[in-house]
Amino acid sequence: MQELIASILAGENFLSDVPPVLITVVFMSAAGLLFASLAAINALIAVYLERKVSAHMQDRLGPMEVGPHGTLQTLADAVKLLLKEDIVPQNADRFLHTLAPFLVFAAAIGALVALPYSSAFLFANFDIGVLFVISITSLTVIAIIIAGWASNNKWSLLGGMRSAAQIVSYEIPTALALLVIIMQVGSLNFQQIATAQTGWFWHWHVFQFFPFNLIAFLIFFVASLAEVNRTPFDLPEAESELVAGFMTEYSGFKWAVFMLSEYANMIVVTGVGAAVFLGAHQSPFGNFMNGGVWGVFWFVGKAYGLVLVQIWLRWTLPRLRVDQLMYTSWKVLTPFAFACIFAVGLWMIL
Amino acid sequence: MLFDFASALIFMLVAAAFVGVNLVISRLLQPRNPTPGKEATYECGELPVGSGWIQFNIRFYVIALIFIIFDVEIVFLFPWAVVFKSLGLFAFVEMAVFIGILLVGLAYVWRKGDLEWDKPQTGKYSREAAPAYFEEASSSSLSYEKLESGNEVAV
Repeated sequence: MQELIASILAGENFLSDVPPVLITVVFMSAAGLLFASLAAINALIAVYLERKVSAHMQDRLGPMEVGPHGTLQTLADAVKLLLKEDIVPQNADRFLHTLAPFLVFAAAIGALVALPYSSAFLFANFDIGVLFVISITSLTVIAIIIAGWASNNKWSLLGGMRSAAQIVSYEIPTALALLVIIMQVGSLNFQQIATAQTGWFWHWHVFQFFPFNLIAFLIFFVASLAEVNRTPFDLPEAESELVAGFMTEYSGFKWAVFMLSEYANMIVVTGVGAAVFLGAHQSPFGNFMNGGVWGVFWFVGKAYGLVLVQIWLRWTLPRLRVDQLMYTSWKVLTPFAFACIFAVGLWMIL
Repeated sequence: MLFDFASALIFMLVAAAFVGVNLVISRLLQPRNPTPGKEATYECGELPVGSGWIQFNIRFYVIALIFIIFDVEIVFLFPWAVVFKSLGLFAFVEMAVFIGILLVGLAYVWRKGDLEWDKPQTGKYSREAAPAYFEEASSSSLSYEKLESGNEVAV
């Protein structure tokens, strides 16, 4: 992306009088707007997928009325949400109540920027890519606590606190599982992690150092489910206990922003999983359909494949209890992640 | 490097602006018809009891403490993992000692039972004392009369 802007600046055209910084800012803003719209479209597609997959798993049809096979149903829902009255409770903290959706969406987009969509198509190629994504996604916790607190509602507060406790607990195994791979690559840069997995699919990290990388991938996947509040870790939104968790007092488009960010965050965690464990933008079949625009195809395909697994799990597993949640994080995933780091470290030295 | 951070910042600002613009559009299109009942805090259709900012389980605090300890540890682990290949055995032993000490901490917390999520057995908030606590807290600012008159205005 930097090269593209440089080539625009180098050319003799009507833009030569405009300061380069301004051109860069305008260009990146346009790209950012495109990205935000893509996040919205992603939510539309993912919600549709979720409804259809769940329906077919339960031998139902799912949405069928709006558009062919109900494809326009989620778009109609989005328009409906735009037209709904925005209710802020009398006792709520109005400023924080409005601030939370802004923060949660900005965090989701900020994390999406750093992912390696292809070898050339990049908005931000950080040397500290993995660390950047982990730290930006932590902003979501703050937004959720703000949303829960500002609503001045018992369900919201409890849901927000549960969500925060859950996300921070599972951040530990997530980061530890990623460290297993970072030790092998020796870099936090997503592009270098991708390059280290060049070749056929057995060069992917998930199949190296068998079985430790596979265990690390499973730990990462389970923990990432909890990070984005998906079933079986959707306690913050346990509707039978907490109504809708931290989103109880949100309605209309503010609520839609939370849903949008939730689906964007699903892409973030599955994208990180695909980048670090499943060969990023590399083709699974050596040089067959590799590089360039195909990178975007493979990367998005792998991420969406993992999203489908998340949806599948949602309609298969029951919800955990809050004590089982803590048990899984601290007594199962964290010790196993440490064991993986230790084993891989020992393997690399010997 | 600066370009990358600048573009990430711009993307986040544009994302916030995207939300803002859509909220303004929504504000222009939506109906505005507030009533006291609608603007009351939601509590499953009942009148809200006391404030929404209630006391919650102390366990959340314990979890936050454990998290901070492990998060700091992970911050140390990231640079170590990046240079691990070039440092070899020395770095491995050093980090094994460091993690070992922290794992003793985890074992201690585990043994003490602070990773459990159980109800307190004694005190003001124990199961036996709970009814008294809820009686004490039930001083509501809203009343049924207020809500009903509000609904009449709406109709």
